[in-house]
Amino acid sequence: MFMKSKRLLIIKILIIFILISFNFKNVAVSSDFSEQQTINITKNLRCLICQGQTIHESNSDFAESMKKYIKSELENGKTNEEIFSSLVKKYGQWIMYDPGISRNTLLLWTLPLLLFLIGGVIIAKKIFRKI
Amino acid sequence: MIISQLGYYSLIFGLLTSIFIFFNSSIQLKKNNSVISNKTTGLIGFQFFFVFVSFISLIYSFIISDFSNETVFNNSHTTKPLFYKITGTWGNHEGSLLLWLLVLTGVLLGFIFKSRNEPNNYRLLTTLLHQIIVIGFFVFVLKTSNPFNEIFPVQTEGLGLNPILQDPALGIHPPILYLGYVGTSIIFSAALASMVSNYVNKNWAKNIKFWILFSWIFLTGGILLGSIWAYYELGWGGFWFWDPVENVSLMPWLSLTALLHCVVTLEKRELFKKWTIVLCIITFALSMVGTFLVRSGILNSVHTFANDPSRGIYILTFLLVLVLLSFVIFIIYENKNFTQKSEIFTLSKETAVLINNWFILYFLSVVLIGTIYPIFLDVILDEQISVGPPFYNKLILPFLIPFVLFMSIGPSMKWIKTNFRIGVKSFLVIISTLILSFITVYYIGEKNIFVLLLFIGFFYLLLKSLSQFRDKTKNFAQIFSHTGFSLLLISILLNSFSSKEIVKNIQVGESFILKNEKIIFKKITVEKEKNYETIIGFFEILDEKNKIINLQPEIRIYNEPEMATSEASIKTSLFKDRFITINIIKDQNFFNVRYQHKPFMIWIWISTLIIMLGGSFAIFRKSKEVNI
Amino acid sequence: MLSFFVFKFALEKEKIYSPKIIDNQIYTDFEVQDLIEGKRINLSKVLFGKNFYLINIWSSWCEPCKDESDKLLELKKNTSIMMIGINYKDKKINALNFLKLYGDPFDRVFIDKQGTISINFGAYGVPETFLINEDNKVLKKYIGPLNDEDVYEIKKITNN
Repeated sequence: MFMKSKRLLIIKILIIFILISFNFKNVAVSSDFSEQQTINITKNLRCLICQGQTIHESNSDFAESMKKYIKSELENGKTNEEIFSSLVKKYGQWIMYDPGISRNTLLLWTLPLLLFLIGGVIIAKKIFRKI
Repeated sequence: MIISQLGYYSLIFGLLTSIFIFFNSSIQLKKNNSVISNKTTGLIGFQFFFVFVSFISLIYSFIISDFSNETVFNNSHTTKPLFYKITGTWGNHEGSLLLWLLVLTGVLLGFIFKSRNEPNNYRLLTTLLHQIIVIGFFVFVLKTSNPFNEIFPVQTEGLGLNPILQDPALGIHPPILYLGYVGTSIIFSAALASMVSNYVNKNWAKNIKFWILFSWIFLTGGILLGSIWAYYELGWGGFWFWDPVENVSLMPWLSLTALLHCVVTLEKRELFKKWTIVLCIITFALSMVGTFLVRSGILNSVHTFANDPSRGIYILTFLLVLVLLSFVIFIIYENKNFTQKSEIFTLSKETAVLINNWFILYFLSVVLIGTIYPIFLDVILDEQISVGPPFYNKLILPFLIPFVLFMSIGPSMKWIKTNFRIGVKSFLVIISTLILSFITVYYIGEKNIFVLLLFIGFFYLLLKSLSQFRDKTKNFAQIFSHTGFSLLLISILLNSFSSKEIVKNIQVGESFILKNEKIIFKKITVEKEKNYETIIGFFEILDEKNKIINLQPEIRIYNEPEMATSEASIKTSLFKDRFITINIIKDQNFFNVRYQHKPFMIWIWISTLIIMLGGSFAIFRKSKEVNI
Repeated sequence: MLSFFVFKFALEKEKIYSPKIIDNQIYTDFEVQDLIEGKRINLSKVLFGKNFYLINIWSSWCEPCKDESDKLLELKKNTSIMMIGINYKDKKINALNFLKLYGDPFDRVFIDKQGTISINFGAYGVPETFLINEDNKVLKKYIGPLNDEDVYEIKKITNN
């Protein structure tokens, strides 16, 4: 364990070192901000009348209207959060592909992490039992 | 007509044979014979033969368009090309279950042949347990999904096959997928049998590994074909949607991958006996859960299948019986037959395998919970939520970094105990990893540090795996699949970060620009094919070097059943795919054109093939020195 | 543990997904354009003076809308309802012809060229009908064409 952590440490140090010396250049590609933003938003929305597609992917009437609607809302100065919450109000949580953290989804997010921890404890016990 | 009848009676004979085998093998078990009688082997052969005949009859009914058969009537049409008549056989619920049965009986036959040198009572027990599954599925097919139902009066024309299923990749996707998916059944039966007959040892591990690899390779192939199909047929250039139906094939794959690593440890060190058995059970249980989810129509997904509650209830009950059965067997024999020695050292391959399993099972739990949680929530609280890509990305991506790091160093560890030293070589690997990652991140213009870390992890795995080609104890199976896996991750990451797309509503003659390319809408033609009409758009792309690339996306209007599909036109090159689709806009003279750059698409397919190739090496290398 | 999972599974059978709407308030503070006169007006100024408003989203290319027009004409007789048509992604000529051919059940018709107004209402497509009260609360929402039972139900609510 000791040797491995030492090794990891070296990697970490290297990363940090280079991160400092490296200046990330901003290579902005999108000239049309609201266009790109519309894509970002619609990728997270379920096309309610389709079978398991996002609004972004779908070509249905509903999806096409939704894209225009979101673009115009963005141009009216609405933030992503405002748009999402107004859509959730109208169409229900079902429309969001990101379930978000709420009372209903608490277990959804924590259960896998909990299982991971439990697994970690079991493995740690197994490894360190005999040393 | 007669052929269809033949298929039906053949199925019944198959069921009778199964019941006979069941009793026959239990009698033989009691007698404790030292050799398996030829009769049993013969019966298993017959059982497969009956299902085979039945399957061929169904294919034949499809080929001759026998519309007295309900399945054919519902899913075929005389104007369909021959190839799709044949693939239509398993493109529906009834036919695909017959395929299930075919693979189910086929793997047992294969197992009996391959296991000639193994203990007799183990082989008999496997046969016995497998028959429970086989009988269950025979009854399921005959009772709820008989593919040979007659309809009267005989129809002259069928309803046709869903056009999006009329596709070569999807034609062969189900058989390949099922070989893997249903192949896990023999692992399940054999695992339980080995437990009962006290045969969970190195020898068993060596032999069962073949079936694990077999299922794993075909499952990988099946998933690959499904993704390729989704990529060019569903029309928006995605290849993985975290759709429940996809998740259902990914879950057994994950658990098979964990099992694969585990069984090697069992083979080398006789460790993890219980855990290996548990994984065998989980794998098949996941296959059954998948079958339940898909076939009961409980899911809301891109892939819609027949919706019949009675089927769902049957599979669910059956699944419950199997799980309880395995649970009971496990409890009874758990302490009886296992003498567990445990000498695991912190720095050893055993630990690496444990950590591998730990992470893979975490990924599995994310996928499982993400898939079934919405159903539970709907039932218990009557709240509807969608669990989509953002959920999986958030829970899986951060864990991928440590996972690939362990995956990189795991193979260079030794069994029992390893002494690490950082040599010049590993230092070089680290340096080149960092350089490569920075260049990549800079090139795609991504500022997020997290993305950089992902690239570092993935490139490290890639270089580390490649560097092992020079090791003395090199293991091609492992090197290839690990290299493939890292390539796959890198390609997916690059693909998702540097895909570009533009959507325009334009008329013929107009053009638009994406990055340095000019896309010109030349003309449109309408053509008539055998079972559809097609509108073809002719596009010319002028790339940065002024080279002309021609793309011809289509809109197909199928007549039976009446349905329009959009056919993408794709030009693949080494570094990017150019992907274009068109759509009609209602009541207007414009076409909706979607043009995309999908970088490294071909590498996603290639790397998956490399992964499969790695698996094949492991099969063909027989029992020589195997390390994973 | 696995069997526990499975048991729970058994609980949920035969479920149809119909998204629940958290908020049944309709927000009307946006501009609409009249189909016939072409004038723009804020919707909140239109929804005024009656006890009930029936908003129907329709289009000339929508087949079920044709069957639905009888039902709407019947509801028009009820004076406590203001009938508002939202003409969804249509051409003016086709829309006017449609109203001529199948009868015009609407007090006002507005254009929804892009389909965005329907989204404002929280609609999915055509045809779709909302019955709202004077406070702009959605009392009933019908996805797909109205049938006789729906008409009966609407009458029952509005005649109270």
